[in-house]
Amino acid sequence: MTGYLFLTIIAFSLAAFLTGRAAARRFAAEGRSGRPAAHSVPAYHGAFVAIWVGIPALILALLWRAAEGPVIDRLLARALPPEMTAGLSPAALDLLLTEIHHVAEGRILAPASPGVIEAAARLAAWSRIGDVAMFVVVLALMLLGAWFACARLTPRFRARTRVEGALSGLMILCSGLALATTLGIIVSLVHEAVAFFRLVPPGEFLFGLVWEPQIATRPGQIAAEGAFGAVPVFLGTLLISAIAMAFAVPVGLLSAVYLHEYASPRFRRVAKPMLEILAGVPTVVYGFFAILVVAPAIRTTGTMMGLATSPNSALAAGLVIGGMIIPFISSLADDALRAVPRDLRDGSLAMGATPAETMTRVLLPAALPGIAGGILLALSRAIGETMIVVMAAGLIATMTLNPLDSVTTVTVQIVTTLVGDTAFDNPKTLAAFALGLVLFLVTLALNTIGVAIVRRYRETYE
Amino acid sequence: MNQSFQTHVAPIGAAAAKISTRGVDVFYGPKQALFGVDLDIPRNQVTALIGPSGCGKSTFLRAINRMNDTIAGARVEGEILLDGENVYDPVLDVVELRARVGMVFQKPNPFPKSIFENVAYGPRIHGMARSRAELAEIVVRSLRRAGLFEEVKDRLDAPGTSLSGGQQQRLCIARAIATRPEVLLMDEPASALDPIATAVIEELIDELRANYTIVIVTHSMQQAARVSQRTAFFHLGRLIEDGPTAEIFSTPRRRQTEDYITGRSAAQRPGP
Repeated sequence: MTGYLFLTIIAFSLAAFLTGRAAARRFAAEGRSGRPAAHSVPAYHGAFVAIWVGIPALILALLWRAAEGPVIDRLLARALPPEMTAGLSPAALDLLLTEIHHVAEGRILAPASPGVIEAAARLAAWSRIGDVAMFVVVLALMLLGAWFACARLTPRFRARTRVEGALSGLMILCSGLALATTLGIIVSLVHEAVAFFRLVPPGEFLFGLVWEPQIATRPGQIAAEGAFGAVPVFLGTLLISAIAMAFAVPVGLLSAVYLHEYASPRFRRVAKPMLEILAGVPTVVYGFFAILVVAPAIRTTGTMMGLATSPNSALAAGLVIGGMIIPFISSLADDALRAVPRDLRDGSLAMGATPAETMTRVLLPAALPGIAGGILLALSRAIGETMIVVMAAGLIATMTLNPLDSVTTVTVQIVTTLVGDTAFDNPKTLAAFALGLVLFLVTLALNTIGVAIVRRYRETYE
Repeated sequence: MNQSFQTHVAPIGAAAAKISTRGVDVFYGPKQALFGVDLDIPRNQVTALIGPSGCGKSTFLRAINRMNDTIAGARVEGEILLDGENVYDPVLDVVELRARVGMVFQKPNPFPKSIFENVAYGPRIHGMARSRAELAEIVVRSLRRAGLFEEVKDRLDAPGTSLSGGQQQRLCIARAIATRPEVLLMDEPASALDPIATAVIEELIDELRANYTIVIVTHSMQQAARVSQRTAFFHLGRLIEDGPTAEIFSTPRRRQTEDYITGRSAAQRPGP
C-alpha cells in the first residue's frame, strides 16, 4: 500500500512537471521574438509545480505513517475488553499488542485467544481505513498543490529563483541529516555510558588495571567476578596503533614520494591504482593474512631468536593493519604533493637543489596539511580496526607493551561485550558504550591536536 | 645550413662570450622546438631574447641551465658552452651548473617559507655559510642587492608569500643571486607585475649587469630596448637575427625582425 502511494506521488509529480512546463511553453511562444518572454525557462516552471505537488504530499505521507501506528495502538488498547488488560504492566501490554499485530498480519506463532483474534480483526479493519484515508488525503493535497502552483504561473513569475530556494533547502536538509547522525551517536553513547558509570565508578573504569568483563549474566552461572579497568584495553589499542603507524607512515610517505618524484609515468599509472586496491580489501581478508602468514612468521622468527612469542601477537596485528592503511597515507600524500605548484619545484631545482633536497625542503613542507590529513585518517582507521585484531591479536586484555604478547583493543572488547544475549542492565553490555565513548573522545582529541599542529606548521602557498 | 638564416652583426666571438651555443636543437618528444641555434652571449651584459609566443626563446633559456631536463621527453642536441665548458657534458654536475646559473621565473615563486629562509635556501643547500652569522650576512647582502632589504628588514620572519607581487619577484631575484651565480636567466620576470614594479625590476637588472651575465626573455619591445645591450630575435624555433640592441631596433637586417618589432603581422605586409 505504502509502495503504491509513493509511486503515485512520483507519477503525479512527473505529470505536474510536464503540465507546468507545457503551460510555460505556451506563454513563452506568445512572447515577441528576440527577447525571452518569461523570466525563467519552461523547465523551471515545471519543476516549481512538481515541487508543490510532490514535497507536501511526501511530508504528509511520512508524518501519517509515523503517527498512524501509535494512534491505532492506543485505540486498540482502549477497545480491548477490560478483563484482558486488567493488571497488565505497560511492557506486558506492549507484548499483547505485538501478538495482536502478528495475528493480524497472519504470522501466528501460537494458538491465540478469542479476544486477541477479535482485536486482530479490528486492527486489520482500522489499518485498511487508515490506508484509504491517507491515500485520499494525500491525493487531495497533491491536487491542491497543483492548483496553487499553476495559478501562480505567469511569464514574469520567478520560477527559477523558487526552484533554487527549494534546492538549497534540500541541501540544508541533507547536511542537517549528517549532523543529526553525529549528535544521535553521541547522545546514545553518553546515555548508555552514564548507565554504566552508575554501576561501575568512573575512577575504576578509567584507571583500573584489570579487564575481565566475563561476569555472570544469569543467576547461578559460573563466571568471573568481573573487573572493568580499561587501562589494559586502551594500552592494547595504543600498542597496535603505534606499531601500525610506525610501519605505515614511513612506507606510505616514501612510496608517495617515489611515485610523485621519481617513478616514470607508466609505472605510476599502474602502481597507484594497485596501491589503492589495498584499501578496498575487506579487513577479514587481512585478518586471514595475519593469522596464516604474518603471525606464524613472527612466531618462528621469535622462537629462532629465543624470544617468548605468543601465537597471537600485537606485532602481527599491528603490521597487517599498517599494511592496510598504507594506501590512505601514500595516496593522499601523493595527491597533496601533486597539488603543490610546479613553480616551487622548478624554483628549487633551478637553485641547484637535488630532487631529494627539493622534496624534503620545499615540497613536503608545502604539502604538509594534506599529508597530515592522510595520516590522521589512517590513524583513525588503525584505532578503529577490529576484525584484524580479533583474528590476529587475541581477546585477552594483557597489561603489556611487549609487541610479541597477545593483546586486545577497545573495539574488539566492544564487540565481545555486546555479542551474546545479555540484558541492557548488565555492566558487561554497558561497558561497551563506556569504551565507545572514551574511544570517541580520544579520537576527537587526536584529530583536534592534529589539525592544530598542521595549522601551526603549515607553509601556505598560493 | 642554418647559418643562412642568421646574420651576425658585430660578432663578439666565442672567446669574449660567457655563453656560446652551437647548433642547439631541442625536442619535446617528437616535436622540435629549436633548430640549430648559434648564439654568443657576452659577459656582464644584458641579452634580451625576443620573439612571438611559442618561438622557442623560453626553451632556449631553459636549455642553458638544463631545466629542460626536468620535462619528461625533452631532449637537447648541440653544444652550449659556459666558459668554454659544455653544460651537457655527461661528467658535468647539473646541480653545480644550476648554482652557477641562477634563474628567475615568469611568475614570482617564493617558497612557502619566511623571507629569510627563502634567500638562505641556496646558501644552505650548497653549504656556503659556515655560521649563522655568515648566513645572515649573505641574506642581507642579497636582499640589499635586489633592492628589497629596506622594505623587509623589520619582518624577515614574515612569509615570503605575504609580499606584494613586485616584492616577491625581487625576493626571487635575491634568492637567485644569494648563491653568487655567474649568469642570471630571467624568463619574463616582469610580465606579472604592474608598471611601477616593472620599472623597479628593470632598474635592478641594469644594476646587476655589473656583476652578472644576464639573459632575459621578454615580450615587451620597450623593455628589451630599455634594459638590454644585445638582442636576439627568435621566430618559429630559429634564431633569426642577433646583435646590439640599438642596431636591432633601428636597422634590423631581416624583414621578419622588422615586422615583429614594428608590430606588423605577416598578413599586413605588402607582397614581395
